[in-house]
Amino acid sequence: MGGLMVNAALLRQVLVGFLREEVHKVGVRKAVLGLSGGIDSALVAFLAAEALGPDNVHAIIMPYRTSNPESEAHARLVAEQLGINHEVIEITPMVDAYFTRFPDADNMRRGNKMARERMTILYDHSAALGALVLGTSNKTELLLGYGTLYGDMASALNPIGDIYKTQVWQLSETMGVPRQIIEKKPSADLWAGQTDEQELGFTYREVDELLYCMIDLRMNRLELLARGFVADFIDTVSGKVQNSHFKRRLPVIAKVSNRTIDRDFRYSRDWGK
Amino acid sequence: MDFTVALAQIKPKLGCVADNCLMVRQAVERGIDEKADLVVFPELALTGYFLKDLVPDVALRLDAPEINALRELSRHISIAVGLVEVSADYRFFNTSLYLEGGEVRHVHRKVYLPTYGLFDEQRYLARGEHFRAFDSRFGRMGLLICEDMWHLSAPYILAMDGATTVICLSSSPGRGLTEDDSLGSTIAWQKLTSTTAMFFNCRVLYCNRVGYEDGVNFWGGSEVVAPSGAVTSRARILEEDFLVAGVDEGALRRERIFSPMMRDESLLITLSELRRIERERGR
Repeated sequence: MGGLMVNAALLRQVLVGFLREEVHKVGVRKAVLGLSGGIDSALVAFLAAEALGPDNVHAIIMPYRTSNPESEAHARLVAEQLGINHEVIEITPMVDAYFTRFPDADNMRRGNKMARERMTILYDHSAALGALVLGTSNKTELLLGYGTLYGDMASALNPIGDIYKTQVWQLSETMGVPRQIIEKKPSADLWAGQTDEQELGFTYREVDELLYCMIDLRMNRLELLARGFVADFIDTVSGKVQNSHFKRRLPVIAKVSNRTIDRDFRYSRDWGK
Repeated sequence: MDFTVALAQIKPKLGCVADNCLMVRQAVERGIDEKADLVVFPELALTGYFLKDLVPDVALRLDAPEINALRELSRHISIAVGLVEVSADYRFFNTSLYLEGGEVRHVHRKVYLPTYGLFDEQRYLARGEHFRAFDSRFGRMGLLICEDMWHLSAPYILAMDGATTVICLSSSPGRGLTEDDSLGSTIAWQKLTSTTAMFFNCRVLYCNRVGYEDGVNFWGGSEVVAPSGAVTSRARILEEDFLVAGVDEGALRRERIFSPMMRDESLLITLSELRRIERERGR
């Protein structure tokens, strides 16, 4: 576990500075984020409140009728503890209206629709409030592709996308995220009884160890086996990382000109800031 | 001679030469106000770091008005500053200038342009071809730019060329978070500046920028390192700062008596062995 533990105070300083500078340099003061009641969005809310001041953070709680009521309660708890602006916008009417035409849609389709519905609401509020949308996907989820493209994976800025779930837990402890949120089982809460670890088939702590060795330390398969990781586990996780890579890239553009966006027309996003 | 150096740990705006020139001029004025003799800026202080395709747009000729303005200011305070230089044949360099007494005293073009990890410099920039020491009113000096210092040959050449002060202008991204009190890149650099000073019995004046570009942080921590390798003064981490510190001639003199490694260094042996290695590598 050694390599995954971090100096939480230093991490906090870097991430708070990141949010403050990257928000302000765009010329806005505010941020908006979806609060799910889970630990990732709670941590981002804590970081944003510290970086921008509670008055400049707008949280939107977006339950669906089958969402666990505890999620909304936990989201409110975070918002109230931080003193940030918050409101509840139910997504049931819009999601149900759509699926009356597709009653046979499975959980996956419904879950993705919900995630994208939430993101349209966040981007609408981004325009209404003059605020940037903060992303709340952590490095574990991003690497495994465990998220919805243009749904929860969308954002203007993501302060936690380079830290693993294990590190999210660690930082959350030191920042004062409520205990009950840190201790509950991670869940996308897209359908009743869903938990991330059950759906993925392994625990975050296990996979974080593997991802850290594989991605950050660049160990090859033989080295990972020598480390004691089981072959099937290595292959499953490698497969997920590889097969979800499309979610971490811009859409593919057919090249016909001399300077194609992103391929040979290259500028930092912070150009001129 | 004893002198006072100011390390201007600024936060340049990416691609905004006019804004950055203003920021640099203000820091120069501050250095003058605070009675510093020399003010050092980070690598690419006039432009920001992750320029990519902006390189040609922000590049300055050495006779540009922006540089002339700094040249004039150097009548009051010596200045080391980083920018993108365009040559007459349209090569673009990551360059540092040393300005003193109203003239450009030395031009160093970054030799080692990193292309690994998050770096992509050689894609956009031409490579410098020299490490040369030069005379300043504070004695003989050499300029290095960030990655240059990671090649031991670079400060070695400067030291053999007589430099007793190495000025390093840097834009070092913070990365490698662990349980340690500092970022991995901070720890590595602090070892490097200190070791370089010790190896070559020279002072190291290290100026690193701060701020964020596309989520990458620059960690600051600019420092003055004595010829013994001891850090005499260090700026804040991850925040803008303006470090003013005394540089003591006596410390250099005493260190050179105490540890005469530069005196004893054999240029001839080094040269003949390097020639042999070059010959043998070619086979």
